Amino acid sequence: METTTIDGAVVSDYADLVRDDRGHTSLYKDAKIFDEEMQRIFRNTWVWVAHASDVPTKNTFKTSWVGDQPVIVTRDKAGQVHVLLNRCRHRAASVCEKKKGKASVFVCPYHGWSYDVDGKLRKVPHAKGYEEGFDTADYPLVSLRVEEYNGLIFATFKQDIEPLEEFLGAARKWIDLFMKQGAGFGVKTLGEHKFRFPGNWKIQLENTTDAYHFPIVHKTFLDSLDEETENVFDVLGQGGWVEDLGNGHSVMVMIPDLIDLDDNLDAPIPDRFADLARELAEEGHCDADVRRIVRAVGGTGFNLNLFPNVACSMAFFRVLRPVSVDETEITHVAIGMDGGPVAGNRARLRLHEHFQGPMGFGTPDDAEGWERVQRGAQAGDDLWILLNRGVDAPEGVAEPGHNAGDVSAETGMRAAYQMWKRMMAA
Amino acid sequence: MSTDIAEKSEVTSAPTFEEAIAFVWAEADLLDRLDYRPWLKLWTDSGKYIVPVERDVDYVDALNIVYDDQEMREARVKRLLSGFSMSSAPPARTVRTVSRFVVTEQDERSITLRGAQMLAEYKYQHMRFLPADISYRIVRGPDGNLLLDEKIVTLINAEDFQFGIGYLL
Ligand code: FES
Ligand SMILES: [Fe+2]
Repeated sequence: METTTIDGAVVSDYADLVRDDRGHTSLYKDAKIFDEEMQRIFRNTWVWVAHASDVPTKNTFKTSWVGDQPVIVTRDKAGQVHVLLNRCRHRAASVCEKKKGKASVFVCPYHGWSYDVDGKLRKVPHAKGYEEGFDTADYPLVSLRVEEYNGLIFATFKQDIEPLEEFLGAARKWIDLFMKQGAGFGVKTLGEHKFRFPGNWKIQLENTTDAYHFPIVHKTFLDSLDEETENVFDVLGQGGWVEDLGNGHSVMVMIPDLIDLDDNLDAPIPDRFADLARELAEEGHCDADVRRIVRAVGGTGFNLNLFPNVACSMAFFRVLRPVSVDETEITHVAIGMDGGPVAGNRARLRLHEHFQGPMGFGTPDDAEGWERVQRGAQAGDDLWILLNRGVDAPEGVAEPGHNAGDVSAETGMRAAYQMWKRMMAA
Repeated sequence: MSTDIAEKSEVTSAPTFEEAIAFVWAEADLLDRLDYRPWLKLWTDSGKYIVPVERDVDYVDALNIVYDDQEMREARVKRLLSGFSMSSAPPARTVRTVSRFVVTEQDERSITLRGAQMLAEYKYQHMRFLPADISYRIVRGPDGNLLLDEKIVTLINAEDFQFGIGYLL
C-alpha cells in the first residue's frame, strides 16, 4: 500500500481507490494490490470451480483453481463433490496434474502417500519410519467448503461464509433462466477454449457487462452474420438493460427476446437454424420439441456476471483466473444438452467456435482490447478509470424498455467494484 | 504453383510426395505474406481447415479452435483483411517453416502428409513461438492443380492456453 498515491497523497485504505463512478489506475497494475486481492477476495468468497457435468459420475475429477490456489474437484462414491488443495501433506508435491479423468485414489508421485477422493490420507509407504503418535487422520488433503446451485459448483476457503444460495441472491433467477439451454435434457459442458491476455483480471470482469464495446470491437463478427442474425446481435438497439444484482453480481440483458427460452416458441424458426430444424424433424422429434431444441441451441440474450470469477455469458461459461497483476487466463466453456440430439450439440459447438477462443471471430479482438487497456494504463499514474456511463434504474430494478440503466450503462462494473471495495476495505 | 509439374505428368494421377511438399511450402509462404485471397482457392469445395483443442477425437463432435468449411474460411479471410479487427490490424508478423514430412496415406487421388510447423509470431514487443503437428490431405483438382482437402494444425499446447491468434496457422 505504501506505493499508491492519489494526487500525491499516500493512500491508507484500498477503499479510497474506488469511488462511486470511477476506479483508480493502480487497481490494474499494483502487484501489492493483486496479492491482497488473492487474500481478501479470492480466499474470502465463493469461487466457481466446475460445472456438475465436469465430474459426471463417482470417482471422476477435474483440476481447477480458487484464485491462485490449485485445487482438485472430485466426486466420491456417494455422489458428493469435494474440492481439495492440490498439494501433498508430506512435502507439498502436487498430487494430480491431469485436467480431468477418473480416479478412485490420488497417489503422490514423490513418496507415494495416497489419498481418497474425499481427501483422507489412506496410506503412507514404509509407515514404520514414523513415530508412534503419527496419525494419518491428521494429514488429509486440505478440503474447502463446497456448494452447488443448478449445476454450478463453487468452493470457498471461508468456512463460516453465508450459504451459496444467499451469496447468489437475485442472480439465482438468472442462473435458472440460463440453464434452460439444456432444453429439458440438462446442461453439459462440451469443451473448453483457454486463452490468456497480458492484463489485469478486472479488465475482463468489466468486459462481461460491457455492451458499449460490442458494435465496435465485434464489427467483423457482426459482418460475418446473415442479416437476420446481425439484427439479433444489434445489442445496443433492443431496449436491453443492466441490473445490479447485489454482492458484485449483475446481469446485462442484450436481447430481451432471449431471456426466457420457454417463451415465444411459436415464432418462426430463424433461417440460420432451418437446416438444424429439418434434421431434427427427420430424426423424429415432434414440432414442439424441434422448436424448443432450436431455440435452446441459439442461446440466451444476457450475460450474468457473478463476482469474482465466472459469468453465464449468453451461451457459455466465461471463467477468469488471475495469474499475476498483469496476466489473466480465461476459459470459455462450451455447453450443450446432456444427452440431447447430436445435431443440436454440433450446432452449439460450431456457434461457439465462430465467436470464442483464440481464433474466434470475437475473442481475439476482446483480448487485444484488454491488452491495450493494460498497456495504456502504464501512463498516467494519477488518472482514474471511468465507470460513470449511464444512470442507475430507479430502485435498482430495470424493465425492458425502461429509459434508465440502459444496456450500455456501466452499472454492472460499478456493482463489481463496490463489492471489491467492500472486500478490500481495511 | 505446381501446375507445370502437373501438366507434365498424368493430370489424373495422385500428387507425388515432391509435388505435395512444393505445394505445402507455397501455401506456408502465402500465409506468412498474409496473401489470404489466393489461399482460399487452394481448397476443395468440401475441404476442412481444422485447429483442434484435443488430440485423437472426432473433430466434428468436439470443440475446436477452428473448424472451417469453405464458407467459414471465406468469412475468416474477410475478417482478417477487413482492417476492422483489432487483433489482425495491425497484423502480427509471422515466420513459419514446415518440414519433417512423412506420407501417412496415399491412394489414386490423394496423398496425406504429416509434418511439423515451427512458427514465430511478433507483435507489440512480444515474440511467441507456436510449434504444431500438422497434417495435409492433398488431392489433384480437375484442372491438374493440387488442392487441400483437409489441413489439421495441432498446436503443441493445443489443450492448454493460447494468446489471441490474429492470423492463419
Ligand atoms: S511429497 Fe507427497 S509423498 Fe512426499
Ligand atoms: Fe467482447
